[in-house]
Amino acid sequence: MKSKICATLDAAVDSISDGARIMFGGFGGSGFPNNLIQALVRRGTKELTAISNNCGTRDGELSPLFKSGQIRHVIAAFPGPHSFAFQERHAAGEVTIELVPQGILCERMRAAAAGLLGFYTTVGVATEVAAGKEERVINGQRCILEMPIHADFAFIKADKSDGLGNLTYRLAARNFNPIMAMAAATTIAEVEEVVSVGAIDPEVVVTPAIFVHRVVVAKGIRYV
Amino acid sequence: MSEKQRLTRDQIAVRAARELPDGAFVNLGWGIPNLIADHLPVGITVYFHSENGILGMGRRAKPGEEDFDLVDAMKVPVTLIPGASFFNQADAHLMTRGGHLDVAVLGAFQVSERGDLANWKVPGAKGAGAIGGAMDIAAGTKRVMVCMEHTTRDGQPKIVRECTYPLTCLACVDTIVTDLAVLDVTERGLLLRDLVPGWTAAEVQQLTGAPLNF
Repeated sequence: MKSKICATLDAAVDSISDGARIMFGGFGGSGFPNNLIQALVRRGTKELTAISNNCGTRDGELSPLFKSGQIRHVIAAFPGPHSFAFQERHAAGEVTIELVPQGILCERMRAAAAGLLGFYTTVGVATEVAAGKEERVINGQRCILEMPIHADFAFIKADKSDGLGNLTYRLAARNFNPIMAMAAATTIAEVEEVVSVGAIDPEVVVTPAIFVHRVVVAKGIRYV
Repeated sequence: MSEKQRLTRDQIAVRAARELPDGAFVNLGWGIPNLIADHLPVGITVYFHSENGILGMGRRAKPGEEDFDLVDAMKVPVTLIPGASFFNQADAHLMTRGGHLDVAVLGAFQVSERGDLANWKVPGAKGAGAIGGAMDIAAGTKRVMVCMEHTTRDGQPKIVRECTYPLTCLACVDTIVTDLAVLDVTERGLLLRDLVPGWTAAEVQQLTGAPLNF
């Protein structure tokens, strides 16, 4: 069996090509795969679609990829008041954005993970989010059709992995990471530590190894 | 205009905190709502929910005590109370949309007399806007409370017949706590339930863009 453990961050991102759709975990400064993001900046892959809760914070999180001009389109819930690199590119018309309610963003990814072709929700009815979407009435409630969000890759940040890619998370650093891990075709996990197979109690595994394709150890970077 | 005292932001939070039942699961939004956690009445336990996957948030972390993997939705390092739990963001919003939370307290730019909420985008402002979790929370929570100033900085009513700002959610707001009054959204329209001392119903009506029942 081929090992999922990559020797370097650059090796972990070496199959990503221009035009890729990539999910990035993280929320509130916690649980961002910042080392993988830097590796992607070094690789220089372009025309990316990024799927993430926000659009970078000051110099961290997704900001380096906006600064370098590698992201063309972003799907996000909350661009963020300090997403300066994104804001500049967006104002210049160099980056487009689809704004999605945060829970619907989660659920659209989970639909992709679960092999569902879409779902109806009351969230966003009569708002800008509903523009262009099919609307109907179910049980007397207006609702709109939301489609799955697929991705070629998910970049996630976990705490521990075993040699198979079973993952655990730390505190609220979990956030979007387990959902994205399930939704993408290829999931790359940046972790603090790799332990031997069997060293993680099956009861505490949050993301089962079936969803994880590459694992790389890196000391977490945190931008406050 | 009036020189009468309005409530401060903290005082609005104190008033809103009195609306929370003991043992409730509650989400607090940005702005004044975020101040509520510091103003719970003595003897009341509330399990604060955060959309990044926490139930049972306690007080803010003190200097030196912060763990930046344990933050609320405003990125502020927090603590946990006994009985807290972690889960992923999809489950966090399953709790909001699915009607599992008892109360959500949100900020707002405008609320209509039918309880329509506008709180994510200012018309004409630069940038993409910021939905975050507001649409999910507003659509699904059993009781949605808004905390805000009664009027804009230039004295315009924020409680209106029809929202002119981009909508967050239709007919979702149940209660509005402002620096002047507490109002309930009812089938008969807005009900003025409580007044800040020194203010009359007629004076509050003058600063409200929709008719009040009282």
